[in-house]
Amino acid sequence: MVASEAQSGMNTLIETVEVSKAYGSFVALDRVSLAIAQGELVSIVGPNGAGKTTLVNVLTGLLKPSAGVVRFKGSDIAGIGPVALAKQGMARAFQLVHIFPAMTVAQTISVAVISQTSKSWRLFASVATDEILRSRVRDVAAIFGLAGKLDAEARLLSQGEKKLLDIASAFALTPEVILLDEPTSGVSSGDKHGIMRTLLEAAKHAGVQAIILVEHDMNLVAEYSTRIVALKEGRVLADLPPAAFFSDQDIVEAVVGKLGGKLSRQAH
Amino acid sequence: MSADGHIIESGAQAEVRPTLLRRHGALLVILATAIVVLAAFPNIAQPYYVTLVLPAFAYGIALLGFNLLFGYTGLLSFGHALFVAIGAYGAAVLTSKLGVKSFEVILLASGLAAVAVAIPVALLAVRYVRIFFGILTLAFGMLFHSFLFKFYDLTGGDTGIRVLRPSLLGYEWNELDKTAFLIGPYYYYCLVLLIVLGFIMWRIVHSPFGLHLVAIRENPRKAEYLGVQVRLFRLAAFAISAFYCAIGGVILAINTGQADPELAYWTHSGELVFMTVLGGFANFFGPLVGAFTFIFLKSELMSVTQYWRFFLGATLALIVILFPRGVMGVGQDLWSRVKRKAA
Repeated sequence: MVASEAQSGMNTLIETVEVSKAYGSFVALDRVSLAIAQGELVSIVGPNGAGKTTLVNVLTGLLKPSAGVVRFKGSDIAGIGPVALAKQGMARAFQLVHIFPAMTVAQTISVAVISQTSKSWRLFASVATDEILRSRVRDVAAIFGLAGKLDAEARLLSQGEKKLLDIASAFALTPEVILLDEPTSGVSSGDKHGIMRTLLEAAKHAGVQAIILVEHDMNLVAEYSTRIVALKEGRVLADLPPAAFFSDQDIVEAVVGKLGGKLSRQAH
Repeated sequence: MSADGHIIESGAQAEVRPTLLRRHGALLVILATAIVVLAAFPNIAQPYYVTLVLPAFAYGIALLGFNLLFGYTGLLSFGHALFVAIGAYGAAVLTSKLGVKSFEVILLASGLAAVAVAIPVALLAVRYVRIFFGILTLAFGMLFHSFLFKFYDLTGGDTGIRVLRPSLLGYEWNELDKTAFLIGPYYYYCLVLLIVLGFIMWRIVHSPFGLHLVAIRENPRKAEYLGVQVRLFRLAAFAISAFYCAIGGVILAINTGQADPELAYWTHSGELVFMTVLGGFANFFGPLVGAFTFIFLKSELMSVTQYWRFFLGATLALIVILFPRGVMGVGQDLWSRVKRKAA
């Protein structure tokens, strides 16, 4: 409690106050309070069923909490939906790759740039000759190493490139906050750091002020987070900087112990 | 050409224009040829064939709209004959009952009437996708059909309402008999309409709006997270498609001189789908090609055999199985083979 009050200064971007979410008698989130400020990369961790997905859906305005308040830049975003959220400056990339299979890389990124620059309702303007749009698309693609693939159809990209395109289009919204749901899932462990570094670089370029990361890989969490929020059974188990988090054996075991079991099951 | 050259050298789009011209060069030549042939057609063909082109114009326009919804937005409607019928009955009511003669007023009023009906229908229908969307549009089409059929005093029941000859740009053309009017001034008016509405649709599908529609077709959830108001865009595409279908309906009704409930029957909606698939819904020009192919195929089959429906059905089955991208798909494959050989 004390920590979240201290952080709810003027540079708090997102905060939840006593947020609960129940599905019938099942309580997915139980009075969760947290605040995320400028410059932070907050990882949300916890075993399966801990409420990570529910929390993320509440934070991105997809789910209305049963009780409590969720604010983004001071305004209530409970259940506002993805379109309004994008407009307000929060973007989200999913664990599973979401692309537009028949659209090119340039077109995919264009969709975000167009909606973000409020050109969506131009019925008679030309996408192909909009130089401002094209240069913006080229910039975004370049950051994610897709500059050479602008005219390639998304369905023909490699899995890793699809992932990058998915995230690149989210960055093209020039969000202030971006939520990354396991951005490195499905990527070989050697490439994970490469993707994370690309993401952080892109975030710096795009002026992203805070990142929320949902991640199972504790190496990534340890290396890139400024703070770790651990959930268990719908409650905040810990809200600590990485050093403090990983020095507390009980917490690490509560989160990683079960996770380790899950990972080894997946490996088989 | 020299005017184009000037633009190329002066603008900031110097890099863009030449590639655009190169990319669309062949297309422009084909289009220009098609327009010249269509413009010369009344002078070189028998009147019977010229009168066949008129419904092809009508369906061509209607399908340009239909395919914005189907090919671009990914929503397959089985009820769009509803809007063709609104266009036809609009022309009938305006000319026969309200004494309105101006073709321009009829087009605009019928188009707007279709949009007015389309908005509430779409508000309900665009909440659903795939088969649920199709069934819902089918239901609205059937509803309108039974309205036309049962409200005899208002709609003339199964006989429908006569459609009188309109004035074109304020001129009545009374010196021409019916056929001369249809294959003369009316033909050229409709050709120009097709070109203008075709050009507008070309702009729409290549606009930011059009790109959003394709994104919605490809992955609505992703589109939403990129800030696209999915339902609103679907609604807009629906309304535009209804407008185009109504324009097609007006042209059709003036051509036949009659608006009857068959226009709103579900088999007519099926024909719209048929033509679009026949031509190829993945291509901008597919529906146009489909409309012309369908009209001429149907007329030829009807003159040869009374079992024309069987052969038409068999044709569609073969196309779906062998050439799922329709006539235009086959054309594109041949074209790229020619280009590869030339290179």
